[in-house]
Order: sequence, then C-alpha cells, then structure tokens
Amino acid sequence: MIRLNVNGSVREVEAEPDTPLLWVIREQVGLTGTKYGCGIAQCGACTVHIDGQAVRSCSLPVSGVEPGQKIVTIEGLSPDRSHPVQKAWAALDVPQCGFCQSGMIMAAAALLAQKPKPSEAEIRQEITNICRCGTYNRVLAGITLAAEGGETGRG
Amino acid sequence: MTTTSAPALSRRFFLAGSAAAAGGLALGFDLPGFDTPSAQAAPGATSPEINAWVVVRPDETVVIRIARSEMGQGTLTGLAQLVAEELGCDWARVTTEYPTPGQNLARGRAWGDFSTGGSRGIRESYVAVRQGGAAARTMLVAAAAQEWGVSPGECRVEKGVIGHPASGRSTTFGKVAAAAGRMEPPKDVPLKDPKDWTIAGHPVKRLDTLEKTDGSQVYGIDLRLPGMLNAAIRDCPVVGGTVRSVDASAVETMPGVRKVVRVGDSAVAVVADTFWRAKTAVDALRIVWDEGPNAGVSSETIAATLREGLDAPEAFIGNKAGDAAGALKGAARVVEATYAYPFQNHATMEPMNATARWTPDRCEVWTPTQNGEAALAATAEAAGLSARQCDVYKIHLGGGFGRRGATHDWVRQAVLIARELPGTPVKLIWTREEDMTHGRYHPVTQCRMRAALDESGNLTGLHMRISGQSILAGIIPGRLGPDGKDPVVFQGLNPGGAEAAIGYTIPNLLIDHAMRNPPIIPGFWRGVNTNPNAIYLECFLDEVAHAAGQDPLAFRRKLMEKHPKHLAVLNAVAERIGWDAKPPSGVHRGLAQIMGFGSYVAAAAEVSVGDDGKIRVHRIVAATDPGVAINPQQIEAQVAGSFVYGLSAALYGECTVKDGKIEQTNFDSYPVLRLDEMPKVEAILMPSGGFIGGVGEPTIAVAAPAVLNAVFAATGKRVRQIPASRTDLKRA
Repeated sequence: MIRLNVNGSVREVEAEPDTPLLWVIREQVGLTGTKYGCGIAQCGACTVHIDGQAVRSCSLPVSGVEPGQKIVTIEGLSPDRSHPVQKAWAALDVPQCGFCQSGMIMAAAALLAQKPKPSEAEIRQEITNICRCGTYNRVLAGITLAAEGGETGRG
Repeated sequence: MTTTSAPALSRRFFLAGSAAAAGGLALGFDLPGFDTPSAQAAPGATSPEINAWVVVRPDETVVIRIARSEMGQGTLTGLAQLVAEELGCDWARVTTEYPTPGQNLARGRAWGDFSTGGSRGIRESYVAVRQGGAAARTMLVAAAAQEWGVSPGECRVEKGVIGHPASGRSTTFGKVAAAAGRMEPPKDVPLKDPKDWTIAGHPVKRLDTLEKTDGSQVYGIDLRLPGMLNAAIRDCPVVGGTVRSVDASAVETMPGVRKVVRVGDSAVAVVADTFWRAKTAVDALRIVWDEGPNAGVSSETIAATLREGLDAPEAFIGNKAGDAAGALKGAARVVEATYAYPFQNHATMEPMNATARWTPDRCEVWTPTQNGEAALAATAEAAGLSARQCDVYKIHLGGGFGRRGATHDWVRQAVLIARELPGTPVKLIWTREEDMTHGRYHPVTQCRMRAALDESGNLTGLHMRISGQSILAGIIPGRLGPDGKDPVVFQGLNPGGAEAAIGYTIPNLLIDHAMRNPPIIPGFWRGVNTNPNAIYLECFLDEVAHAAGQDPLAFRRKLMEKHPKHLAVLNAVAERIGWDAKPPSGVHRGLAQIMGFGSYVAAAAEVSVGDDGKIRVHRIVAATDPGVAINPQQIEAQVAGSFVYGLSAALYGECTVKDGKIEQTNFDSYPVLRLDEMPKVEAILMPSGGFIGGVGEPTIAVAAPAVLNAVFAATGKRVRQIPASRTDLKRA
C-alpha cells in the first residue's frame, strides 16, 4: 500500500513502486484531469503540484513521492473554478481542444505562486508546456490577466 | 482477426479473462445513472424532441444536437449558434449533445454527414442546421398558436418566450415543447439574413470552456466503464510487416495482466487491469517481426523515387493554360528551383485511443473521432457484425488535425482486442511512441518550379511539377478520378471553383503531378496539400520577383487583377504590416497568399535571423475572407493556432524513415513550437459575403511561405526544403 495525500485527502493505493505518479493519479486514485501526453516530461500535460511546485508526474515514480508531501491536481486547484488562473482562462476562452490545459493551468498557477507578477519574457521562458491547437497567445494573456487579478490562490 | 489460436500464444497467456468480464456483463450500458458522458449524450427519450436538431426540456434547457465533432476548433459552439439564431431561444440555456452514428443510420441520416475535416464542419452544415432551428421555431410557435386559437403569424418569439401581443398572452418553449413535437414539420422555412443575426456572427463564448479549466472534461483516454480493462499495443514498426513470433513468458506473471492478444497479423496487445500494467507488459514481450518488403525503405530511397518523378514524361494535369513549355523555350530568362516537403505527424496531444465492448450480436465503441460514421464502419467491419448491430459514441477529441477522420486504424485494433474478451469493455491507449510511429503522415512531395520571364521581367510562363504522394491513393483509392488522378493534390492551384482556386493569371501555365507513392501511409493533415503548394508557389514567386528585380508584392499584384478576393486579403496584410515602410532594424518581411477550404487568406511575417542561424518570428499579420463569420473570436483563435501548427511544421516538422521505420518517437525528436517562440498574431477578419468558407485550416498554408520569404530577405538564402532547420542559415 502506498499512501498519498491528494487534494487534501489521504489515499491508499496499490501500485508497483516504479509506476509513474501520473498513472497512479489517473488509474488508482481515479482523477483523470491530469493528462498523459508524452511520458517523458516533454509536454507538461501531466503537470501537478507537489508541495506547491509544478512537477511533471509522468516521469516521477510514485515511490519518489515522500510521505507527507501534498499533491494537488487540477481537480483540487480550487473547489469551484475560482483560482485566478481558472477564472482568467474562462474569461479569455483560452482552451481549444483543452487536452493540454490542465497541465497548462497547473504550470501557470505554480508560476504565479512563486512570482505573482511575471514579465512576458518570464512567462514565455517558464511555461514550456506543449499545446498543439496553438493557444499560446491566449495562455500568455490569461497568465497576465490572472497576475493582474493579484491573488494567486492556493495550490 | 485476433488469433487466440495462434501457435505462438498458448492458452496459458489467457489468464483471468472470464472473471474480468463479469463486471461488464453485469452492468448494462443503458442502466440509469450509468456514469459515462456518452451514455448521457445519446439522445434520450425523456425530453420532447422538436426535430432532429432541437430538444426542449421542461426546465427550458434547449439541447442542440451537433453532428460534427468538436476537437478544439469551436464547431460545437458555432453550429449551436446557427441553430439557436433561427430557433430564437435563450442562448444562456443552450446545451449540446452528439447524436450517434447508429442513430443517424436508423433515422435515414437525419443529421447528414458527420465528417469533420477539410474545415467543413460549419460551412457544409450552414443551411441544414439553420433550417433545423427555423423549423423547430415554427413548430413551437404553431403549438402555442393552436393552444390559443390564434394565427401563428400574430405570435412573436424572443429568447425562448412565445408571445401573442394582441391578447397579451405568452408561454415558453418548454411549456409547448411536447405539443410542438407532434406538429407537422414545415416544408419550407425562410432563414434570417445574416445582417439580422444576434447570436450567430457574434463573438460569443465557447460552450465547452469551463469543463476544460477544472479537469472535468472527459476525453476518450479518460473514459471509465464498469468492469473495464485496459490495453496497450505494439504494432510492427514497418508498414506491411507482421508478427513472426511472440514470447510472452515474461509477461504472464506480471501484476494485473489478463490476456495477451494478437491483433491482426501485425500487432500484439496486452490487456491488464490498468493501462500502466498493460504498457509495462507490452514492453516486456519479446516480439520477432517479419518486417516484410518495406524494411529497406528510407528517406533517401523515397527522395530518389520522387526526384525521378520531377522529370517523368507522364503526369496528371491539374491546371493548364496556353503553352508553358513553349514559353519556357522562348523565354528571355528561365528561373528554376526545386522544393521538398517531408512526412509530418499530426501529434495530437491526446494519443489515439478507443474503448470497445463486443458481444456476438452487438459492438459498441467510445472514441474521439472526426467522423463518427467512418468509425462505425470500421467498428462493424472489425466486429464481424452489421453496422446496425454496432454504435459509436463520440467523445470529445484531444486534438484531431485530420488524424482521427479518414482512417480508424485504432478503432479496428480496439474492437479486435475486445472480441477476445466478449462482454468486457476494453480501453486501448496508444503510447506517444506508438502514435508517432504509426501515423497517417502528411504526404511527402517534391516540386520543380520553372518560370519564364520576358525582356521586361514579366512572368510569361510557369511549369509547376509536383512529384510524390497521393493521399487518396494511399487511403481512399475509390475517390481517385477515373484516370487515377488525385484532385486533392492541386489544392490552392485549381483553375477556378469555390474551394481552392489559384489567385494568379499566368498566360502559359502547367501544373502537373507525377504520382509516386512510397509505402508510408499518408493522411489528411491540417491544411493538407495547401501546405506544400503554398510554399512551392509563394516562395518561388518571391524568387522570380527578385530575379526580375521587382518588389514581391508589386510583382504579385500584376498577376492578380482577375482575382479580387485573393488580392484583397493580400493587400490587407501588406497594409497592416506596413509593407511600404521600412521594418524595424534587423527585422525582415515576407508575404504569401492562397485560397483553401473555400476561404481566401494571406499572411505577412516579420522575422529576424540570428548570426547562429536561428529564425525568430516576431509578428504575423493574417487576413481571412471566409465569406461569412459565425464566431469572430473563435476564428481569431483558429487563425492564431494555425500559425502554431504551420510554424511547427515549417521550422521543425519532419518524420524521417530508416529501415522502413519512422525514426521520430516523441516530442524530444519531433520538436514543436512552444510559447517562447510564439509570435504575436494579428488576425484580420474580412468576410465579404455571398459564400461561406472554412477557417480551421486555410491560414496554416501561408505561415511557412510568409516566414521563409522573410528569411530570404534577412539572409539572402532560400529555404527550399521543409523543415527550415535543415538549411544552414548561420551568417558566413
């Protein structure tokens, strides 16, 4: 049994220790908002927060999560889509197909938690997630809007 | 056919199959509360259906049925806008659902074509869905008028409320919906003039955004059904190869593994309780391939075949005027260049996946597809059942770009696997590596351009010889012309027509195609053949203009007098970018235009090239004339996104072949554009009325030529081979 703290609740799961955290979250925990896109930490669709840091969960074995570390997935970013990044995303209609957007939002939220007012250059540098629909300019605008909102929320 | 009896797989591999099946059998798919969005999405019998397109629930929710697939392009919202506009409902109460292909079949194709490709989602539904909305409104009004004993003509509709001003009475859609559903459908309904639109034609918000901000949007890969098992697959890396033998001895004791399945003659799958366990087991299989006749194919052998086609005496003619050969012979000057476009993978963010449940008399598939009816056909064929014994539930797509439309190879695999576990739903997910190496690739072509100039530098003749792959020959040979010609090859180059006509008048013109089909399977790839064709024509015209000592814009304008719509978009981008004024220091400009998918588009790019040869695109101005604009803010999103797709392709996109295998396996070897390289995109929307074109694809084609022409302006070097990363642009 592996104990994980996911979105504030402790979950006991059965998985091989080398199973990527992504697949434990999706299959054993049952939260499918976190996406599989590449499996090699290239695309960022699997981004979650571990103790507030953005982590690409496809490349972290579940055994690498320390006891007591707090995992937050897109489902736990806010209870009601009220995180400033989520609100900015809705205001600007950022997503197209949306598949990369959970990871994009989690990466953006982690960035703003660490740097509440990032410059455009910093956003471009820090957000390295892949979006094939090409939402990048609205992602940029969304992060800027969320930053202007001031509050970065929890997660 | 799956091969449970294959000699290489003894029954010891079929572990706990029957136990696993029990859950799926026990829980039917029609039980109330069955927790799948597709089950909910299937049109239900609980609310009154007005007609095929519109259901009104007693709580005034208006359910609009959408036949085409939503994959990010905004079609779901745009089509709903068109129905709602004619219906006169309250937009805030609109929701949507997909009818299934099986329902379409059972109802005589009441929803028409499900195919969502070629930027046709809205433009080919434009009349039908508005008629559906208008007919529903007529029936709702008729029901209210009948109840009141008044003439329908005296009634008014606004935001789902039907009023009779003369008597002051009013009712709502929800209250009369049941009666309206029993009214005779009107034969002929007038449609609104677009200038009177209040919902369509306006930049309304998408209907599907919120679910994409909290992880609740369900994609095919996320689907969970009771009793479901998961599958991972390994298909032969060489097209046409087969499985010679499989040693699964290392797999049978692995945790969670239920069954090892041969899938057709070229693939092996493992079914397990979780995908990760299935995938881990597939990696542990020892498969010996018979790589077959294509094992010796490489990018080099393919390029040699295409090169031969550049001079071949026989070719299909796509556009011909005057005597191009004569003009070249008599020219004061001939300009010649050869271009090449590679294989590219769609690389949708969501890898291919499908969930299938098979029994001897019924097969159901849940999958992200751009063409539900084609998916149904693939399901029936793989299931060994008739289409009426099958259905497909379309799930929201994590990207399509053409990969999930014409062929449904992954659906076939999922059904073949499910046949080995009757009654148990099995979800097949491809790894990114499987996806990258088993694509339906952008067709590979080369092109030799030859231009004739007279003494004054006028273009008197042009021969454009395309050599290479035909998508139709590769995947839909029945759609080739009677002489074997593939008309899709000539997208953007046709002599006329409403779809993709060339925008230049050249007195002596020959555009022809020497078909050369390598074994790598092609597919429709967002933008399709407008991508290479725009590069070939627009980059080469830039070359010819420079050879003639003329400004590329002025040179084009002389050829475009008879093509006012092509010219209008080109002029629009030239004006916005400030073509007549000097660009900022170190920045250089390029232009391109084309007609594709029924729309006229042009782009102007501002680019700089570093001493290290690195291309940086600073600014794109893109103009689109789609005739009619249904949702301007979504068109802007499509245009901006198209440059991400187009620039990824132009700068980095290439799949190479070695020993018959695609060499690129993931985003580390198949780089794509990211936010750090994303230019500003200014979209000019200039609908001129009188026609309707698509918007999902057209501007992709102008991304590469506008940028590459700017790269020439910056470096004096011509990039004639895609991707540009193959050309050394370092300052000497």
